[in-house]
Amino acid sequence: MSLSLLIFALFSGGLLAWFSERLHPAAPRWVSVAVLFAATGYLTTVWLAGPSAEGLYAELNVPWIPAFGISLKFAMDGLSLLLVALTLFLGLVAVASSWTEIESRTGAFQFNIMWTLAGVVGVFTAMDLFVFFVFWEVMLIPMYFLIAIWGHENRRYAAMKFFLFTQISGLALLLAILTLAYVNYSISGLLTFDYEILRHAEIPETTARWLMLGFFIAFVVKLPAVPFHTWLPDAHTQAPTAGSVLLAGILLKTGAYGLIRFVVPLFEEAAMDFRFPAMLLGAISVVYGGYMAYSQSDFKRLVAYSSVSHMGFVLLGVFAWNQLALQGAVVQMIAHGFSSAALFMLAGAIQHRLHTRELGQMSGLWARAPRMGVVTLFFVIASLGMPGLGTFVGEFLVLLGAFQVNVTLTVVAAIGIIVAAVYSLSLMQRSFQGPENPDIAAMPDFDVRELSVMIIMAAALVWLGIFPQGVLDLSEPVIAALGVAL
Amino acid sequence: MTGQDFAAIAPHLVLTTGILITLLIVSFWRRPPLIAAATIFTLIATLIATIASSNNLPHAIGEFLIVDQISTFMNVLFILAALVTTVLSRSYLASKTREPEEFYILLATATLGAMTLVVAHHFGALLLGLEILSISLYTLIGYPEEGHPPLEATLKYLILSGVGSTIMLFGIALMYTTTGILTFESPATPLAAGSQMKVIFIIGQAMFVSGIAFKLSLVPFHMWTPDVYEGAPAPITGYLATVSKAAVFIALLRYFFNTNAAENGAIFAIVALFGVASMIVGNLLALLQSNLKRLLAYSSIAHFGYLMIALLALSRLTNQEMAIEASLVYLAGYFAMTLAAFAVISMLSSSEFIGEEDRLDASDLEDYAGLFWTHPVAAIVLTVAMLSLAGIPLTIGFIAKFYLLMAGIGGALWVLVWALIIGSAIAIYYYLRIVITMTRQSSESPRTAKTLEWDSLVAAVLLGITVIALGVYPQPVIDLVRSLLTTIG
Repeated sequence: MSLSLLIFALFSGGLLAWFSERLHPAAPRWVSVAVLFAATGYLTTVWLAGPSAEGLYAELNVPWIPAFGISLKFAMDGLSLLLVALTLFLGLVAVASSWTEIESRTGAFQFNIMWTLAGVVGVFTAMDLFVFFVFWEVMLIPMYFLIAIWGHENRRYAAMKFFLFTQISGLALLLAILTLAYVNYSISGLLTFDYEILRHAEIPETTARWLMLGFFIAFVVKLPAVPFHTWLPDAHTQAPTAGSVLLAGILLKTGAYGLIRFVVPLFEEAAMDFRFPAMLLGAISVVYGGYMAYSQSDFKRLVAYSSVSHMGFVLLGVFAWNQLALQGAVVQMIAHGFSSAALFMLAGAIQHRLHTRELGQMSGLWARAPRMGVVTLFFVIASLGMPGLGTFVGEFLVLLGAFQVNVTLTVVAAIGIIVAAVYSLSLMQRSFQGPENPDIAAMPDFDVRELSVMIIMAAALVWLGIFPQGVLDLSEPVIAALGVAL
Repeated sequence: MTGQDFAAIAPHLVLTTGILITLLIVSFWRRPPLIAAATIFTLIATLIATIASSNNLPHAIGEFLIVDQISTFMNVLFILAALVTTVLSRSYLASKTREPEEFYILLATATLGAMTLVVAHHFGALLLGLEILSISLYTLIGYPEEGHPPLEATLKYLILSGVGSTIMLFGIALMYTTTGILTFESPATPLAAGSQMKVIFIIGQAMFVSGIAFKLSLVPFHMWTPDVYEGAPAPITGYLATVSKAAVFIALLRYFFNTNAAENGAIFAIVALFGVASMIVGNLLALLQSNLKRLLAYSSIAHFGYLMIALLALSRLTNQEMAIEASLVYLAGYFAMTLAAFAVISMLSSSEFIGEEDRLDASDLEDYAGLFWTHPVAAIVLTVAMLSLAGIPLTIGFIAKFYLLMAGIGGALWVLVWALIIGSAIAIYYYLRIVITMTRQSSESPRTAKTLEWDSLVAAVLLGITVIALGVYPQPVIDLVRSLLTTIG
């Protein structure tokens, strides 16, 4: 029951934030913060209470459309718990990062943020495929508005592209879900969208292959992997900072989550037949994303392409489908959540101050804003996979696991780490180092609010790098339950 | 006729009586509010009669009519749509015509035609209903006296609708020559396959279906639709898109259900072709429009293309109720979302909003720029309608599309299912374009200070709430439709 309360709190918090704008223009922000803190507090109690015998921290099951065997079935296991925690935390970061950036229509802005978060929490916990799809779409629309209304100069184009990519692949997902339910119905006579039941349905091999592809495309577009990634640089560049934070930090993770939770467990044989092409896409994404990142002159675009590269590791890890690689994929998801969110916040902070994202116009910012310089250096180092930070653990585990499956692709992906060093350091060099750009007037450094958010995220990455066991312990039983061999 | 027969068609009788009384009133007192009130009163009385007479169904009246739960359901939808249209017309007509009284009466007669179509079990009844409906619509479309677009629209509709009816009549004649049957039944001894008679029969049936396709504006018989939608007064466009098309669709559904017409490969192929072409062409052409009414015209072409899935699933599914259920749920959803969209268009089209320019309605996309910030309630209703038409979850449009997909998958109609997927994918672009336009800051906005008419606004908001409420909790509608189908005629 309490799980529905969490989602409901986010939905109603959004409405409340919208209406509170009438009282005071700053009120919506405080409403969002309050709701998110309450939600985080709730999540902590759930976590401390420990899992049930089935490994679930919370669950809910009430009929919704019994005519089609659809019920509001939610469950939170270790993996969901991790991702929901990441969602709420980055939600707070997003609110904080837009504190001064968004001045018009703050109520509607906070409403869209909260509804995106609610949609994402639903996606991470839904255990009914129909409900999953509903939330999959629900998180999309507020995100679309975030980009289309509060974005930068080319926002409408970017918002439309983002929506079309995800929606069209979503339709493939819908068709696959409905067909899966129907095939199961014609075999067993039971019309249901329940994940646990469908997981054990005996789907004919050729059908399973098509259905797996439907799921795969939807999630890979969201991930995104080459060649379905083209919406990402545009969406990121044009989105307001909070939008980029949510997009990179959380929304990409829904794609990864879908691969882990649905594609392989539902159609294990078909997915394993598809292992090589999927891993190949992953490896290509790693290298190509890194290569493209290096050739960007726009701060946000560079970070966006680096996301493609980092998420390529996740795809590689998921389809390697062994304990090590999957553990690595989960750590990578969380580490990338922090590091990309921080880098997008930095990009937003710089753009807010200099009104440009062009690296060519930055140069020598360190002298103007040393605190920003230090923070950027830290997250750049994290992004290139320095041992001791979260990204390293993730990528290392993925490579270790993938090595057991396909040596060639692992080697190709490992090259990506070198590319990452190149583009990350070049980002640092072009923006903060080099001769001071005389055209830039005074530039205020990070204030306490921005600095404390950054420090928390940095601490999280360090913690993840030094003591990943906490995360691994949470995800291990889930991965075991999905039937993964060691 | 027996007492029971009269009880079954009580709604039609009540409506007819109401129309006659209103006609009498109009010849003594020409006062628009009075006539509008009389029309609303008549419609509500008809609604009560419809619900009160829904026991002891299905009831066949000779071979001519069959009143069953499907027709009751549709009649309720028609009356509600007519009520909404009446409410919208009140403020809309004030600026468009000096003498709006007959408008309301024609609206009621059009509804009578639609209500006759859905009980038709005989080609005669079908034609009767169709003509009552069409002739009322000719006048309604051309009602505003200013400007030439309504005139052009009504002439186009008159001529092309006439052509459609002619083709249909010829088709009926050919079928009658071979079987001697005018009711919706298959001949007792089927015509021998490959015989000359059979060929003539199939040609006749194909012509009948094509004639109906004219009325449903399925591709390739869709050419009249955008012009008529654009030229007609906004509330009537909404009425045309919903009531008139749905009534014809239900008549076709009844014909297919009773005669299993789609079991014949040629007829199946023709309907499938119409459906796929409508989904693809309708959506593609909608992309090019910068006029909201034309855009909705193409979108309605696509939506009736989607409905062909339900029609064909009838012959493929072992569970035929599923196909009918899908049709009814789809139509109910389509009514709510389409009327919501036209309600907003009508509200913004009264003269205070579009000024003294020589044009009928606020139908340019530009008219909607910045609507979110000038009239947020209207903008939210239009957004909900657009998202629902696009089939986004938590709206009734999604549930409706879900139903069609389930019927299509169950009937293994893969080509049509894929056409629906591709069509919906294209459609998202233009529906969202409208939403995006409304979020745009408009530099000059003469509408800022104007307030919307309260009655139209209430109607629009109620429709918007319906779209969301049924999308979030569709079980009541599903239960209702299922309970109706247990007593199918």
